[in-house]
Amino acid sequence: MTDSKYFTTTKKGEIFELKAELNSDKKEKKKEAVKKVIASMTVGKDVSALFPDVVNCMQTDNLELKKLVYLYLMNYAKSQPDMAIMAVNTFVKDCEDPNPLIRALAVRTMGCIRVDKITEYLCEPLRKCLKDEDPYVRKTAAVCVAKLHDINAQLVEDQGFLDTLKDLISDSNPMVVANAVAALSEIAESHPNSNLLDLNPQTINKLLTALNECTEWGQIFILDCLANYTPRDDRESQSICERVTPRLSHANSAVVLSAVKVLMKFMEMLPKDLDYYGTLLKKLAPPLVTLLSAEPELQYVALRNINLIVQRRPEILKHEMKVFFVKYNDPIYVKLEKLDIMIRLASQANIAQVLAELKEYATEVDVDFVRKAVRAIGRCAIKVEQSAERCVSTLLDLIQTKVNYVVQEAIVVIKDIFRKYPNKYESVIATLCENLDSLDEPEARAAMIWIVGEYAERIDNADELLESFLEGFHDESTQVQLQLLTAIVKLFLKKPTETQELVQQVLSLATQDSDNPDLRDRGYIYWRLLSTDPLICHIGTLASVYHKPPSAFVEGSRGVQHKRLPGSSQDTGSAAGVTEAPPAVIPSQGDLLGDLLNLDLTPPTTTGPPPPSSGMQMGAMDLLGGGLDSLVGFLHKISAAMPASFNAPVSGGLDDLFDLGGGVGLPMGAYTPPKTIWLPAMKAKGLEISGTFVRRAGVIQMEMTLTNKAMSVMTDFAIQFNRNSFGLAPAGPLQVLTPLSPNQSIEVALPLSTVGPVMKMEPLNNLQVAVKNNIDVFYFSCQYPISMLFVEDGKMERQVFLATWKDIPNDNESQFQIKDCHLNSDAASNKLQGSNIFTIAKRTVEGQDMLYQSMKLTNSIWVLAELRVQAGNPNYTVSTHEF
Amino acid sequence: MIHSLFLINHSGDIFLEKHWKSVIGRSVCDYFFEAKEKAVQPENVPPVLQTPHHYLISVYRDKLFFLSVVQTEVPPLFVIEFLHRVADTVQDYFGECSEGVIKDNVVTVYELLEEMLDNGFPLATESNVLKEMIRPPTILRSVVNTLTGGSNVGDTLPTGQLSSIPWRRAGVKYTNNEAYFDVIEEIDAILDKSGTTVFAEIQGVIEACVRLTGMPDLTLSFMNPRLLDDMSFHPCVRFKRWESERILSFIPPDGNFTLMTYHVSSQNVVALPVYVKQNISFLETGSCGRLDITIGPKQTMGKTVEGLTVTVHMPKTVLSANLTATQGNYTYNLATKVLVWDIGKLNPQKLPNLRGSLSLQAGAPRPEENPALDITLKIQQLAISGLKVSRLDMYGEKYKPFKGVKYLTKAGKFQVRT
Repeated sequence: MTDSKYFTTTKKGEIFELKAELNSDKKEKKKEAVKKVIASMTVGKDVSALFPDVVNCMQTDNLELKKLVYLYLMNYAKSQPDMAIMAVNTFVKDCEDPNPLIRALAVRTMGCIRVDKITEYLCEPLRKCLKDEDPYVRKTAAVCVAKLHDINAQLVEDQGFLDTLKDLISDSNPMVVANAVAALSEIAESHPNSNLLDLNPQTINKLLTALNECTEWGQIFILDCLANYTPRDDRESQSICERVTPRLSHANSAVVLSAVKVLMKFMEMLPKDLDYYGTLLKKLAPPLVTLLSAEPELQYVALRNINLIVQRRPEILKHEMKVFFVKYNDPIYVKLEKLDIMIRLASQANIAQVLAELKEYATEVDVDFVRKAVRAIGRCAIKVEQSAERCVSTLLDLIQTKVNYVVQEAIVVIKDIFRKYPNKYESVIATLCENLDSLDEPEARAAMIWIVGEYAERIDNADELLESFLEGFHDESTQVQLQLLTAIVKLFLKKPTETQELVQQVLSLATQDSDNPDLRDRGYIYWRLLSTDPLICHIGTLASVYHKPPSAFVEGSRGVQHKRLPGSSQDTGSAAGVTEAPPAVIPSQGDLLGDLLNLDLTPPTTTGPPPPSSGMQMGAMDLLGGGLDSLVGFLHKISAAMPASFNAPVSGGLDDLFDLGGGVGLPMGAYTPPKTIWLPAMKAKGLEISGTFVRRAGVIQMEMTLTNKAMSVMTDFAIQFNRNSFGLAPAGPLQVLTPLSPNQSIEVALPLSTVGPVMKMEPLNNLQVAVKNNIDVFYFSCQYPISMLFVEDGKMERQVFLATWKDIPNDNESQFQIKDCHLNSDAASNKLQGSNIFTIAKRTVEGQDMLYQSMKLTNSIWVLAELRVQAGNPNYTVSTHEF
Repeated sequence: MIHSLFLINHSGDIFLEKHWKSVIGRSVCDYFFEAKEKAVQPENVPPVLQTPHHYLISVYRDKLFFLSVVQTEVPPLFVIEFLHRVADTVQDYFGECSEGVIKDNVVTVYELLEEMLDNGFPLATESNVLKEMIRPPTILRSVVNTLTGGSNVGDTLPTGQLSSIPWRRAGVKYTNNEAYFDVIEEIDAILDKSGTTVFAEIQGVIEACVRLTGMPDLTLSFMNPRLLDDMSFHPCVRFKRWESERILSFIPPDGNFTLMTYHVSSQNVVALPVYVKQNISFLETGSCGRLDITIGPKQTMGKTVEGLTVTVHMPKTVLSANLTATQGNYTYNLATKVLVWDIGKLNPQKLPNLRGSLSLQAGAPRPEENPALDITLKIQQLAISGLKVSRLDMYGEKYKPFKGVKYLTKAGKFQVRT
């Protein structure tokens, strides 16, 4: 005979029959009837009508019957508060019963009857039970305080039960302590500011003692409570950690995780160089790993927590990568968590293993998981730079599988990889383009469009590809529309002649036919930028040939120059008579356009690098370029071109040119600035050029180092200069005879002549260069030191000098100071001679050495200078005359 | 703490509910049903769900969902552990955990739940304690109860509840005193296509069956305790003693219990008892594929590998398999797409092989996923990690108990990728 019969009675007279049975004289029949009632209750039937009949059964010696009636009471007292009062007397009587089990049962049940009227009667029995001699009753009463607090918090406070509960933390029985802590924790949660669990070293000690002896659940309560304590010093932290560590070996995973929580928190307070700290770190890994062999639900919670732990202390689990490998029959929620942790633990050391696993996962059945796995490969590439190449080739393999959702995910992550590592992996673009038609998800389409736009110059049919997307422009999602607009504008800037119609089309689609304000606004901005023609002022220059403002292709004119003359802006500040031109606040039109296009306006993804903000670098340049028409500016440039000779900071640079050790009295070679990067690989599809200028035996040479940072061989190098201030031009072809293989560098010296076409540049010593190879033409600009142009026959006759010096009007004179130059006048004179600055005469007036110097530029312009050196004063004063 | 519990069957009917605080309407489960619908497979329902006013924490055991409702911040592992404990208790009391058996014993289950939690705080979860308060049904007792009106609820205070050894009841008496220990090790491993081990570890457990009179104090020591990487012990084990001497010292619970679980991790080299050579391929055209699997012994320490089976979860488009097995027999379930090859004993002289062709749905594309192989096996009288019990001693009682240790190695999650 089983209980299932209780489920089968569904006939109408059921309640009536039960009533009769409940009032039966036979004990057994009564009990059976109560059981039936309980069974009906548990399956959700309403048997509240039987309340008085069931309560009548309460007065019994039969413990089982009593318990059953209590079960019923707890369920229905709330709906029948008046009748529930009938039960109060029995409860109060039971609380006095000699059997502690009955006392505990009564106090436990009373707390579960959530009726206000009853709680009033509960107070006295509860107070007694909290002080009961039997710990079983005390521990039950402790929980009852929490129950009562839930029903009537004010009553509990007024009756002083909270204080009694706090006293129980010091109880001799560990189970009572644990339950008191649990009750207090629950009450404290509804009073976040109360000071209920006011922990001090004494109570902590009590808790730690109880921890060893109470049940597993009690241990969880105590550990969670300990975690809220702040130890006074690291010794106390350590002693708590030592006493909590054994809990890591508990069979109950919740105990283990609570112990981990306490240890993780208190470890923060331990000094890192402590031996114990290392020991503790080692002890944390095995229990965490063991949690992963439990049931999947436990694994899930453990993994979520391990994820947090790994973020804080990756070292704990860095050798345990393998336990996070996914088994094909793990539930999906476990798989996804494992994947996330694998990426967090990925490092250069284990990346090969991780990638092999991820590739394996990408062929699983579960679509969501496969997608995540593909994304994970992209995240690895971005996290571990060394692995990027491997990741890209793994992604390519996956694209070859032609599984639609794999291809789409792969393209989305490849876009991110492109953004993080520009100009490195474009060789895969062709493969990506093959899959263009299969993309149907907006994110993948937008990613592909971004790639086409960004690398439009590398894709022959970029315009056709983008045009094909344009056909269904209005059916695309906003993400795709925005990306398409930007991509086509980029394309136009790169191939203006062929794509005019296309850009018109997309601009009108975006601005006139679209309801989306974002799209419209972006369309208008582009339109305005494109319609202002900044090229008109560049007629006759390279810009007119390439139909781009110089700043859009001569990338060096902003950044490189700024890098090359780090000292020049300091110079400006200290030079007498030179006023600083205010830094340009608003960049010129051309720059704005360039910058806007460089900015990627798609919604930022977390993995992408921040957009470049090169506009700000211009300010420094304008300091120099601002007043170049005036002579002052020009002369200042001379000093700026010889930064180290006059303006060396306290150490370092001074030695370069003045070389006090061996060089005093001997004429030295001309000053050669160190090589700087003129053309970064990022801007030239992998070709990096760094270089400098030297004057050797009267010949100006451009010395360059060409480095191939791309993945393919480079050949067919050629070079050309734009017209410049001093007519510099290559005296011969660029001598790169052998093809340049990847990762190879070559040194080239290019002799220059000064007979080329002349055009005044800003700044004066600016040189715009075009370099061609088998891949493309690249443009950069650099600045040569003016001292290169000082010719060897620049020494003027004394008399001529004197006469000329006097003839030059004072308007043509400018003065500035060179600070911190610790050379005497003779040494300086010698030094300068090496750079073809000749001292004509020297006189000493009032302790000041006055050096009169001359120099001649390649275009036969003479510059005369007076250098005043005061012994003991490191500051020189230079007055220069020019005619 | 734990507010309410709902037991839900496979098809989504709530067949039992228990509230430890106020009553929460069944409608709260709708959020769960929604998630269940979404997850398709019941195994994939996320164990922790958030609803506007409650958190739902569930476990899936024996085709039943144990769903608890929680209202405050609670350690979720605590709830999940407890729910598994409920399932364990039902299993322990009635021999199985199923909807049928719970319905048959609904009042007992309800009484048990009431004893296990009070106001959401665990009260008594030790099987020994519970069994003293609520006696498990036996045929004899239910007959006697029916005749005499006796009860199956104890009316004494459970002794274990208050002592410092809550897991053992007092006054245990046996005529035959015996203590048996089973060292069971499961190998979890992933092998890749070429048979290389991607990952392997051993989950070990020592199950004990102790029927000893009085209060025996046992010590159990190992020949090679250093093998163990991470251990979890039954609360009865004195941790300090283990830390200092590597000896398990304990007063055992009465009856069956898990003495310890341990872990031999991937840091150590894990010996694999078998190797698998396999090739499953699908042709680009022609809607067919080939399958060829051979299994051979690797490190069996001279013992026989038994109960060998290979399970392959085939892609959906595989219609039938036409294979020949040199040993054992195979079945292919068309509905679940699962191929099971039951080999039995592994004969090292004549390696079992299964080969033949697979036919796919006509016109279906070549399957995208690679089916994985699941291996099960058993090796009697061997703990593959090499763990050995050296001796078992009893103190505190005068009689001589009968002692025994058995070893068993099984495949846990043993997977071969293709």
